[in-house]
Amino acid sequence: MAPLTDTKIFMKKIPQSVYYAIFTGLFGWLLVVSFNSSKRKPDSVGELFTDLSWLNNWPKWLDTPLMKWINDGWKVFIAEYGLIFDAIGYGLLRGYTELKQIIVQAPWPVVIIAVIAITYFSSGRKVGTTVFVGICTFFIGFLNPRFWDKAIETTTMVVLGIAICVIIGIPIGIAMARNEKVRNAILPILDLMQVIPAFCYLIPGIILFGLGAIPAIISIFIYACPPLIRLTDLGIRLVDKEVIEAAESFGASRRQKLWGVQMPLALPNIMQGINQCTMMALAMVVIASMIGTRGLGDEVLLGLQQLNVGAAIEAGLAIVLLAIVLDRMTQAYGEKIQERNQPVKKK
Amino acid sequence: MSKIEINNIYKIFGPTPGTVLENVKAGATKEEVLDQTGHTVGLDNVSISIEEGETFVCMGLSGSGKSTLIRHINRLIDPTDGEVFVNGQNVLDLSPEELLEFRKKNMSMVFQRFGLFPHKTVIENVAYGLEIQQVELEQRNKTAMDQIDAVGLSGFEDQYPSQLSGGMQQRVGLARALATNPEILLMDEAFSALDPLIRSDMQGQLIELQSQLKKTIVFITHDLDESLKLGDHIGILNGGRLVQVGTPEEILLNPADDYVSSFVGDVNRARVLKARAVMTKKDDTHNGMEIAHRANENDTLEELLPIILGTRSLIEVVDNSGNPLGYISDHEASRLLSKS
Repeated sequence: MAPLTDTKIFMKKIPQSVYYAIFTGLFGWLLVVSFNSSKRKPDSVGELFTDLSWLNNWPKWLDTPLMKWINDGWKVFIAEYGLIFDAIGYGLLRGYTELKQIIVQAPWPVVIIAVIAITYFSSGRKVGTTVFVGICTFFIGFLNPRFWDKAIETTTMVVLGIAICVIIGIPIGIAMARNEKVRNAILPILDLMQVIPAFCYLIPGIILFGLGAIPAIISIFIYACPPLIRLTDLGIRLVDKEVIEAAESFGASRRQKLWGVQMPLALPNIMQGINQCTMMALAMVVIASMIGTRGLGDEVLLGLQQLNVGAAIEAGLAIVLLAIVLDRMTQAYGEKIQERNQPVKKK
Repeated sequence: MSKIEINNIYKIFGPTPGTVLENVKAGATKEEVLDQTGHTVGLDNVSISIEEGETFVCMGLSGSGKSTLIRHINRLIDPTDGEVFVNGQNVLDLSPEELLEFRKKNMSMVFQRFGLFPHKTVIENVAYGLEIQQVELEQRNKTAMDQIDAVGLSGFEDQYPSQLSGGMQQRVGLARALATNPEILLMDEAFSALDPLIRSDMQGQLIELQSQLKKTIVFITHDLDESLKLGDHIGILNGGRLVQVGTPEEILLNPADDYVSSFVGDVNRARVLKARAVMTKKDDTHNGMEIAHRANENDTLEELLPIILGTRSLIEVVDNSGNPLGYISDHEASRLLSKS
């Protein structure tokens, strides 16, 4: 408690006017830079005051050279760090190919039985859910035999994408819940990740990782990670304050509090986050087919390009079925935890 | 030195408590401070000393700062100004690591809404304090079982808190607090969420436990009857200020101000006043008078009234070893029961 109030006092000591001055200065500098770097500017600054026609249409010189900066920066970035991304891409590709090979080479009845078995145990032995998931899995191949292997490719991408989301997203969520400043710093980044159109990062993805599954997995991470981070943060902060106080009053350290109390109680929310992550990953896989990623999205794109309504809808249905299977599997596990964690009755 | 000493504690909530402190020290009221600066005064110059082995009840209505006060003792809340000593050690001097050790060793807390861990079974809940102290599983389960037995919950140890009733949940809370064998027990409105019958039952259980364990208990409540029943000393808080500290009899018989007297007005005095407080001290004038009954000093007036009314004669008050201390007649009884 004490350090927080101390920094607040410290923040107060810098007057607001200083911040305003800094921002105004930055804006002025940006204006000067855009004017100087423009090729189509008036001969002298004085002309601006005599010839006021620039007030009619947006003048060509009033243009921040952001595009140029990013392109220049990008070139340097690729030259300096390209190797690192090659390594990451190579590692991911190895993992992706091997995982895919194992599932593709397994006889399809074995895969269906595996899905049924996983659902049965993760849902806490619910027969209804299990049978439903089994039927949906069967129907993916039943719609069109070609879909079976493609569905496996898609699933592998989604699973890898989610794995990266979990490995990176949950620790970030925890950090946000524990520290106000970290949260304030990360929230705008999450907004950016969610709002920026997918194509904006698909293209840099291709440049960094080449065509295929890897840029798709990276896009899945950018697109699907924010809800997981948000729900992890929310889940931890929603834990009953009195329960936290109880842990503290027994002398629990921050670590003991986090792993013994906060994480277990936040788990239903985190599972919900993973579920959301899965759904968004599937949506992204379809978009990623535009940059040559194979899988079920590829089939939709093919149907679209050939104006084959039947094929497109068939492939679309297969994606829905896959979504249902993945959703039921993750959701069922979350519900099982939720039942165990019923909140204490309040009187 | 007393077991717990709280010296001139101020707690102000708001963005910059330090700036408001001088105002509050100069005597600004809670309302003035809120109006002028937007800060809330939680505690205003509160000093209390609590002796070893006694039950100290801190009473006040909601917003009086009583829950804030109790959280200063184990430093779940840091004061804006002032000192808190436990066993002669200034709690505010402790480093973060020392504070964790201090909380493990010295005290545990019982909460209004129980504060049980919903994902742990009853036995895991009770053993939590020991788990934090890294006691081995077998040993801590044994200790936890003993405590579960002591609060009468044997057979429920593998249930989850949500499967128990409110009263049972609070007994789990009590067992959890006692499992670490702390010297000090902090009880924050521990029985307020229970219905009246169970509450009275739990109060009885606490009194019985306390008579064996002799812990130092700090008990928070908004219920005057409860505080009179449990407390050896009672502190009454109003708007963050300590209005009166005293034994139940002192508070009943000499309320410090209108606020306290409006509180005690509705209390059934006969149930609270003990023979010791009512009696006339033993002197020679009583020699030779007829004695109808011999009463223990801790008997309440309610128990003695039928005898006084029935016999119309003197009752002798004796201490636990039987030495006469004083006498009660119908005069004393009527004087103390009439509301002045």
